[in-house]
Formats: sequence, structure tokens, C-alpha cells
Amino acid sequence: MNKDIMICGVGGQGTVLASKIIAASAMEEGNTVHSAETIGMAQRGGSVTSHVRIGDRAYSPLIPSGSADLILAFEPAEAVRNLKYLKKGGMAVVNRIPTKPVTESLHPSGYNGTEMIEYLQGKCDCIFVDADEVCASFGSTKFFNIIILGIAAGSGRLGIDKDTILAQIAKRVPARFADINRRAFLKGYEIGAGAA
Amino acid sequence: MKEYVMGNGAIALGALAAGVNLVAGYPGTPSSEIIETVSKYPHEGIHLEWSVNEKAALEVAVAAAYSGARALVTMKQMGLNVASDPLMSAAYVGVKGGLVIVSADDPGPISSQTEQDTRRYADFCRIPVFDPASPEEAFKMIQDAFDYSEKYCTPVLFRPTTRVCHAYASIDVPDDYSPKKYEGFVRDPLKWVIFPRLSHRNHGLIEERNINIGKDFSEYKFNSVTGGKSDKAVIASGVSYAYARECLKDHEEIKLIRIATAFPCPEAFLLKALDGVSEVLCIEELSPYIEEQVLKTAGRHHLDIRVSGKLDGKVPHNGETSVELISQILTGFLGISCGSGQMEAEDVPALPMRPPVLCAGCPHRASFYAVKKAMKGRKAIFCGDIGCYTLGNAMPLDMVDTCLCMGAGITMAQGFDHLHRDETCFAFVGDSTFFASGITGVVNAVYNEADMILCVLDNSTTAMTGHQPHPGTGRNMMGNIVDKVDIAKVLNGIGVRKVITVDPLDLDRSVEAVRECAAESGVKAIIFKSPCIAITKPEKKCLIDQEKCIKCKKCIREIGCPALITTGSKGNTPGCAGSAPMEAMDGTADSPDGKRPDEVVVIDRNLCTGCNLCAQICPVHAIGGEDRE
Repeated sequence: MNKDIMICGVGGQGTVLASKIIAASAMEEGNTVHSAETIGMAQRGGSVTSHVRIGDRAYSPLIPSGSADLILAFEPAEAVRNLKYLKKGGMAVVNRIPTKPVTESLHPSGYNGTEMIEYLQGKCDCIFVDADEVCASFGSTKFFNIIILGIAAGSGRLGIDKDTILAQIAKRVPARFADINRRAFLKGYEIGAGAA
Repeated sequence: MKEYVMGNGAIALGALAAGVNLVAGYPGTPSSEIIETVSKYPHEGIHLEWSVNEKAALEVAVAAAYSGARALVTMKQMGLNVASDPLMSAAYVGVKGGLVIVSADDPGPISSQTEQDTRRYADFCRIPVFDPASPEEAFKMIQDAFDYSEKYCTPVLFRPTTRVCHAYASIDVPDDYSPKKYEGFVRDPLKWVIFPRLSHRNHGLIEERNINIGKDFSEYKFNSVTGGKSDKAVIASGVSYAYARECLKDHEEIKLIRIATAFPCPEAFLLKALDGVSEVLCIEELSPYIEEQVLKTAGRHHLDIRVSGKLDGKVPHNGETSVELISQILTGFLGISCGSGQMEAEDVPALPMRPPVLCAGCPHRASFYAVKKAMKGRKAIFCGDIGCYTLGNAMPLDMVDTCLCMGAGITMAQGFDHLHRDETCFAFVGDSTFFASGITGVVNAVYNEADMILCVLDNSTTAMTGHQPHPGTGRNMMGNIVDKVDIAKVLNGIGVRKVITVDPLDLDRSVEAVRECAAESGVKAIIFKSPCIAITKPEKKCLIDQEKCIKCKKCIREIGCPALITTGSKGNTPGCAGSAPMEAMDGTADSPDGKRPDEVVVIDRNLCTGCNLCAQICPVHAIGGEDRE
């Protein structure tokens, strides 16, 4: 399998765990995987990206522009910022709920996410999801990273078996959260399958 | 066993597989995870340390290498400037055991002050350098680097770049490795004591040896040629080689030459690779080092070849390369379409900027604010330094007038003082930077009678690079609890008579301490001591009493804490179920003047650490109280 998956969002949203689970699952299924993550000055609140490259012919550690099969965007403006990576015919799963910059109260930008969603709608195949709404029954938006993984898997675009991912989730989250993460993934899977 | 690790992890595992006996370094992005990885894998019998700075790390390692042991030193590229004194001399003296110095370059720069090129240091010091293009290569190449170091009795540089250091890949790690058995130090003053006579002799020998290493490198497996016979060829190194391969994966007929050992130049390899080529394009990050080697080789051998790259403007001098950039350059050079298509970016809406800021509750914010408040209306110069606290330059704090290099703030404050006698000169330095290169600067101030106020921002960690321990933290990389080196006692010991230690989160006392120091002459020091919020668990959160709040927004304007946010009053209670920033976005449109009648100031409970700084600023005491929800 050859597949490029870009995960983007804002520091603190849990993008790293999502990319680690995808990478581990793809390897579990016998693929060669490379990935790269934002590290360094990017603190909580900064733009973050993870590039996951599945397949033997991925030489660059970063996904080349126009090559990503799938973008998982935890934030609408971050989806737009990274849209150049999506290939023609690729799909984006996008959280509708914006995260304003941490400097917003000091330097108001008026950003509220709607123009990003309108822009994306005209550009590519998207599944929009309201993180607050889908996370409500789990009590915290912290589970959004697992839900969005579920959506990606359910849409059929990830190309990795559901059970492989579930096994990796179980391996990587604390035991007492295993069940709720499983339910979060399956809820996402259902949304993804419904949207596909 | 297979391990999915970062490039830095691959370097660490490669060094372990090579039987390294001693590992030392100083944290610096993008190199910090090498030592951290060594500490996470079995390393019995290996001495592991975060040294106080890169010079110390290299000197510790040089002694190990003189003893026949294998030593690894890690740092970022600017750390090599600090370590350049022992490096240059060690290059003349040579080694017995393998000595590999990893100096991670940071094209961009992404988190560095300079875009310097470690390969230049290799040339300058006349020692070999290895340049991996991927984590997999880095794992193998670091082992080769140790072998070459011992074969030619020389220190060896190893130069990964950010995209190699931070990329992840699967590495086959040997299940069984053990440190090298070493002979121990054998006294030989003619060999280990650097004197003019030794330098004169070895200088000649080193240049002769380098010719041999160049021949050896001409056979080195990572110096490679792919593609067919063609007029035009591409030369690439480091991660640019990986990018070029990506661009050319549908054009495998194009000749792609890869140089993994920039110095000594593998000239025989290069001559063979360039046979029949009339035009060559050199793609590399940072300086046009390989391009210059190609030009030299072409000149010396009278090759009829056109050499392109940075020097003729085809490749930019600054910044990173990328698949996109190389794709564009190759398309122009080769006249064929390289790389994949790109989505057209038209009418992209204005994207919100997300600049790095001091974290909510960061004690540095409080320290800067206290100094600012105490010095309001008085002439002062604020010298900053390297660390998270460089971010104190941002509005509204605006408290960093200069930032040069590690420890420079302390000595620069003295220079300013000598020329600006009517201004109070401050130096802000973090605890780790103080130990790294601050102490000698303070001695200089005491000795040369400077008037200055040293502000040590002591958060008990090396925060910026990922919270590494240092001499003031009381633990080391051998896993031992050790005596803390007390910064106040150090300052007293080197002649600073006035040293005040204060909790920066106690605003009144902090302001008072600054005023007290500003009223006296000589070298004064304030140690603002409060732990980094990223490694401590907040005990409480602050709340704004909306009945008392007069919406003056002084808290926001004065300290710019990310936890202080404005929002519509439409039933938003930050911190209830889920993420406040998300809830705060209720979609209420701003009115044209940017003000909203229903706007209120709230504290994002997910970010607040209860530092209480805002509560001490609020003119109507609307903020406070431990929230015992």
C-alpha cells in the first residue's frame, strides 16, 4: 500500500497520538512507514502537523504538496493551511469548531472558522464534524483524536483494518480509558461509514 | 527487534550498537533526543551525562577517546561554536578510541539563531564529516563514523539536519550490544600534550591522511550514483538527496549523485560520477559546500562542465529545501516535469497566525512584569538570552531588547552599562543558561566594576528543549540524586554582594526586590525562583467574578496571558465539560468596531495554572480564589 496521511491541528489537541496509532497500525499490517512531526518551538496553541507516509517509495520524510490521500484536520484553519498537501481526489476530515489563536484577546483577528469551512467546501471532498457535538457523550473533547481516526477508518480511505487500529488504541491508552476510547473510535467509524 | 524511532533515536541506537562507552552533550533542538534515547535503552556500563555546555561535553569525551574508549558528543550546530576550542585542538592531537561529535544543523532556521553549516567546521578542522539523509542511514552511518574515527585516529563530525533528526522510521536494533572494552589511558606526552612542535608535525600528517580518507570515501557505500548515462546530472546531499529522489522517482534514468561525506572530498568517486556530464546541478541546504568541491575538482582536472547551484542563483542560499522547491528547480534544469502536482491555492482566506507565546502561568511572565513595573518611567536596557524567556520580547511584555547567544545577555549588559551610565542595565538568564555560560560573565562584571542587575529566571529545568535536568536540579542522567548547585551561593562566591531570591508570582515582593537592586550600584542579582508550569501540576485555578469585573481588560493588556480570553456572555462558562476555547467560539460575529456589547473577560480553565498574577493586577480584585469545584 502507498498512502500519505496528513494530520494537522493546534498543539494540545492530540494529533501526535493519532499519527502514532496510524503509523503503528499500518506497520502491523506489514507496511513500511515513515512519519514526521512538528517539534521544538511549537508549544501549546501553535500550528502542528504530522506527516504519515505508508509505502516503500516514500523518500521524503514530509509529504510532498499534492500527494496526501487524506487530511485529518482537528481545526478548520489548519485544514486550509495544509490543503496544498492534498492530492486531487483526496479527502479531508475536518473539525468544524475553530480554535482561536492564543493571542486573540490581545490582538483580535475576528477569526471564527466559518470562512474556512466555506473555502474547503468548494475545494475538496470533505467530511465535516462538530467535535463538541460528537464528543458530548464522552464528556471531553480530548477523545476527538480517536473519533477522527474512526471517521477516517470508517470512510474506507485509510486502508487499514478496523481491528488493527482498535488493537493499537488498546495498546497505547491507559487501561482505565480503553473502553471509552474503543467506543469513541467506533462512534467515529460509524460517522465515517455513513459519510462515505 | 524492530523499533519505530525518531532520527535522533536511530543515532542513539546506532551509537549503542557501536559499543559507545561515554555519551555527553548539551540540549539543543534538533539534537536533544539522542541522549534521552540512550537513557531509555539499556546502557549499563556507559557513562551518560548532560554536561554544563558543549565545550565541557566534548572535553569529557576527548579524555574517553584518549583512553581508547568510544565516545559520542551531541549538540546543535551553534553548540559546536562553543565546543570549537577543544574540537580544533583535538583535531590536531587525534584520538585512540572513536570520537564522534554529532552537530545537528537546522536549515530554516526553525529553532536556531543561525543557518551555519557543520560541514564547514569539518573542513576548517580538517576532520571527516558524515551527512545522513534518513533515520535508517543515520543508524548505520553513526556506526561507520566510529570505525573511521578509529581507523584514522581522528575525531569525526556527524551532521544530521532537523528533518532527519525528527523523522521517524523503523530500525532493526540489535538485541545484544555491549560497550567496547578499552585499554585505558597510556601516558605519552609527545602524543597527548599539544605543543607547537606537535601541531606543526601533525598538520602535515593530517593533510596527507585526508588524501587517503578521500580515496577511502570514494568507495564508501553511501556515496552513490543512480540513473543512467546523461549530459545532465544532479548532485545532492543530506535530506535534499531524499527530496531529489522523491522528485525523480518517475525519472530513474536521470543521473543522481549523492555525496554523504562532504569532507574530505571523495574526489575519485566524484570524477567517475561526472564522467560524460556537461552540466551538473548541486542541491544542498545551508552553504554551497559540495558545489565548491565540484568546482575545485572541475578546475583541478580541467573538466568541461557547467556547475549550477547556490553560487549561480539556481538554488536559494537560505532556508530549507523541500520536494516542492527541488521539483521546481529540477523541472527548469532538466526540462521535464518532476514531482507531483499541486493544488492551486487561490483566494485562500486570511489564516489566523499562531505565534509562539509564553505558556499560561509561565513564571517568566511574572518576572518580566515585575521588572517592567519596577522600572516604569526609568531608563533601562533589557538584555535577553537563549531559552523560552526570549519570548518575553512579545507584546505586551516587550522586555527583551537584545538576544545574541548563550550567556551573552550578562556580558552585554556590562557593555551597555559602560556606555550608558544613566541607564539601568538588566540581564535575564535562565538557570540552565546560567550554568552553561553565565558564571564567567558575572565574574567579569564583578571584576570590571559594572553596574548591572542580573535576573536569573530559575524554573528548575531546561524548559525550551524538553525539560532536561541541569546542575541546579539535583538529578543527573546516570539516574542519581546529586547535590544541587545553589545559584545564590555561586553568585555570593564569585563576589556578588547583593543576591535576592524571590518568588516571581509574588508581584509586590518581586517589584520591591527590583527597586531595591536598582537603587544600589555594583553587580546585583535577583533569582526569580518558580518551577516551570509544564512540569508541575497546578493546584488551583483562577476565576473572574463577573459581578465585580469592570471589563477594563487591564489583565489582558498588561500581561498577555493566553488563559485570559474575551467571549460573548451567551451562557459560556469556560471550563465546563470539554474544552473552553472551543466552547468560547460561539460563532457570535464581531461588530465592525471590534467591540461586542456582551463581551466578558473569562479565564480558560484548561490553560489556567492558578499562578495568580492576574489577580494581583486586577484593580477591582475581581480575580482570585481557589476554585474548589
